[in-house]
Amino acid sequence: MAKDISYEAVMSRKNEIMKNAIGIDYELFESGGIAFDYERMMREAGYSLDEIQEIQGSTGVGNTPILEMRNLTALARKYAPKGKGARIFIKDEAANPSGSFKARRAANAVYHAKRMGYKGVIAATSGNYGAAVASQAAMAGLKCIVVQECYDSKMVGQPEILEKQRVCEAYGAEVVQLSVGPELFYTFLLLLEETGYFNASLYTPFGIAGVETLGYELVMQFRERLGKDPDKVLITHAGGGNVTGTARGIIKSGAENVEVVGASVDLSGLHMASDYDFNRKSFTTGHTGFGIPFATWPDRADVPRNAARPLRYLDRYIFVKQGEVFYITEALSVLEGIERGPAGNTSLTAAFALSQEMDENQTIIVQETEYTGAGKHPMPQISFAKQNGIEILFGDSEDEVPGKNIIFPDSPGRIKVRDFDLDKARASYVRNAIKNYDKKEINKGDFDFIVKDAKSNDDFVSGILNELEVTVK
Amino acid sequence: MEVAKKGDWVQIHQIVLKPEERAEHLPEDTKRVPLELWVKGFAQNEAKIGEEIQIETVTGRKMVGELFAINPKYIHDFGDYVPELTKIDMQLKNELFGGEK
Repeated sequence: MAKDISYEAVMSRKNEIMKNAIGIDYELFESGGIAFDYERMMREAGYSLDEIQEIQGSTGVGNTPILEMRNLTALARKYAPKGKGARIFIKDEAANPSGSFKARRAANAVYHAKRMGYKGVIAATSGNYGAAVASQAAMAGLKCIVVQECYDSKMVGQPEILEKQRVCEAYGAEVVQLSVGPELFYTFLLLLEETGYFNASLYTPFGIAGVETLGYELVMQFRERLGKDPDKVLITHAGGGNVTGTARGIIKSGAENVEVVGASVDLSGLHMASDYDFNRKSFTTGHTGFGIPFATWPDRADVPRNAARPLRYLDRYIFVKQGEVFYITEALSVLEGIERGPAGNTSLTAAFALSQEMDENQTIIVQETEYTGAGKHPMPQISFAKQNGIEILFGDSEDEVPGKNIIFPDSPGRIKVRDFDLDKARASYVRNAIKNYDKKEINKGDFDFIVKDAKSNDDFVSGILNELEVTVK
Repeated sequence: MEVAKKGDWVQIHQIVLKPEERAEHLPEDTKRVPLELWVKGFAQNEAKIGEEIQIETVTGRKMVGELFAINPKYIHDFGDYVPELTKIDMQLKNELFGGEK
């Protein structure tokens, strides 16, 4: 009998489809409540650092160079108080096959899929991860389907996403393109069911463990080059995998005093599921539209338990403006002679501002760059923004309104650190946990888990629970 | 009228969900329009643009939809020239190396 493929029927088969497509029995790690055994999941369902280094090494992933941004540092010092202006470094992840750090996540996922006997892999992504999975699948001889949200209802595509379509097809993948809407997940489930392929989700333990090598490698290279650990590591934050994997790798390197700083492009006010807003943003990732929801509730992903849990690892979270990131992308080209990004330069923009509040003898490292080219470059992205009625101005970056204008700083001195209060994110996380599990009473295990998952403390969490009239047994 | 022959590389279009079939809790502008899909593959029969056609994708899947394009080209490029970027470049160089004419 043919299966019912109506929206409701397919969504109701979600758990069964996912279990077959990932091959992880998440029940093993569950407690029956809010808590689950995160570390056990990472240990038993993932791979060890040594194994991952070997898997990645065999496909040419990793060991990317660290480059010092001497001119950007000099420019930061021009605007910093005397004696301030930390040295800025970048890890040139664009040197990976497929041109971004996402190759690390994909290498692991595709290796695992092949080992488990899957004939192909599917990934739901409009970003660099699609290119990475397609590239790795090509090397492994597996079939590959990439599902992307690409067009608005007038079939106008984001130039950056159109480029991702091209590059995925260049690596031999099938690209299924959709108009705006979260029901992409329905098409994704249908494809998993039809093909029996592996769900190369961004959020499995394999994917996240794949990023651990980035944090580990970065510290090792830094020690070799400078004889010390970096003071701050800057990470562009969207879905949380980049922050989580990198921070876990840093911990595994034994670097205890490194501050982990996330950075996102401020897109507040734009609705991520809006057909109209879709083409009025100039960043398709690395922005607050993913960064905040995934920090405050990671288990919204396409797997039952997300291995990316950014709030556990973030020491600080900074917002930058669209105009500032394009500005720093230009600076990287004309002052450092390296054309990369733009989305990957979100954390570089934050680093430029943050450097100015640090001492000259301190160091800051931006842990990624990404490839650039047609569609995915300041020129086509600003040109596209103009076509969509976005005003392009010079002035104070503070005045930028996402969806209305992009303001290039009229001086590099305008690029400022804007801290997002992580306690706000922690409070939202606690509220989401209680709401999603619909609890009036939780046990000590759930309480301890929440404290840990929110990188918080007993008093803070108790305070929020009191507000919600939730008791701890 | 363009006609696709069997074996041609084509792009098809499908309506996945009509507006009334869409998920709850969507913004109004998204709820008003259908969820659409485009995918490429090899034509399995002859058809004109807009007519129904079956394709086989590169992974070997068979799909039916309305013929949207034959040998669909990539349309993204570097866009129109953006003089504001040149202004930024000149400003940056002047900031750091200014005065050395």
